[in-house]
Amino acid sequence: MSDTKKFMYINRKAPYGTIYAWESLEVVLIGAAFEQEVAMAFVDDGVYQILKGQDTSELGIKNFSPTYSALGDYDVNKIYVEKESLDARGLTVDDLLDLKYEDEDDDWAEKDSIQVVTSQELAEILEQQDVVFSF
Amino acid sequence: MKFGIQVNEGPYNHEASVTALNFVRAALEAGHEIFRVFFYHDGVNNGTRYTTPPQDDIHIVNSWSELAEKHNLDLVVCVAAAQRRGIVDEGEQERNGKDGNNIAPGFRISGLGQLIEAGIQSDRLVVFGD
Amino acid sequence: MPTLHTINKSPFDRNSLQTCLRLANKGAAVILIEDGVYGAMKGNTVSATVEKALSDLSIYVLGPDMKARGVDESKIIDGIKVVDYKGFVDLTVENDKINAWL
Repeated sequence: MSDTKKFMYINRKAPYGTIYAWESLEVVLIGAAFEQEVAMAFVDDGVYQILKGQDTSELGIKNFSPTYSALGDYDVNKIYVEKESLDARGLTVDDLLDLKYEDEDDDWAEKDSIQVVTSQELAEILEQQDVVFSF
Repeated sequence: MKFGIQVNEGPYNHEASVTALNFVRAALEAGHEIFRVFFYHDGVNNGTRYTTPPQDDIHIVNSWSELAEKHNLDLVVCVAAAQRRGIVDEGEQERNGKDGNNIAPGFRISGLGQLIEAGIQSDRLVVFGD
Repeated sequence: MPTLHTINKSPFDRNSLQTCLRLANKGAAVILIEDGVYGAMKGNTVSATVEKALSDLSIYVLGPDMKARGVDESKIIDGIKVVDYKGFVDLTVENDKINAWL
């Protein structure tokens, strides 16, 4: 067995109503230092975590949505968003944060981290993982 | 087989920690190894010895402590989640200038890396939460 | 690489069972625990969906959680197997990974 595992972080909860989204993002950031093969999936209300235009200033709590934009710098660039979850909520990829990474294997070309996938595609991706984290 | 266990919820608000306890007991009885139990989110509240439930109620914190002693379990409370929620050990008491600590026997406070390590080292990671 | 999916929510409260059924591959196992056990019952608006899923998936329900909630085995959909905590542990061993639909 190889010494790197495929880690999948599944996000199904909306931000701010509960702390799960923020504390799970903290795990992803810490986990990035362990050099495993990391992917994230946004499903159901989890897609609201990466909606554009979040502004918590009137709540007085931390707006952590800019942190998602840093994921590319942490080599977390496989971000799967389930199409059915977007459709059900009347959203498209244009409503989501523009998450990018620089591909070191392609002369540091800037690429999209977000891939919108169907349920069927996501099911296959989930099947290939070694460890699934849920929060 | 080696198990990593993640507990995301506090001991009395949610069944998750009771399910985790029963799962861990059954795994140990079946001869499996528990690499680590990692307490995250409100799950850190499983690790305060100030918990005092009524006598006819289950004492979940003591159940973890007793199980840890009997089977030499590694019960780890996430430091970032613990700081937010006021779970303190001697080291944290000193570092943050608190007037006491409340960590229960058998638990220790450490970083999130311990959860990632549990994911890497264990054959199975089982998550209990909301 | 088969997966064991865990569901701990009533399908009448949250959509974790529905999402799991949408994203589980053929041959996967699903265990209904905690409030998830209500999803194993016959004769409700979710039963037909669960019965249909049984042709592709193995579905289990945690007996101690059923018993705690007064859900008798006779009320469980045919084809769903009741297991105890030992059986739950065995399922996590038989499958390569566990996906908790929290």
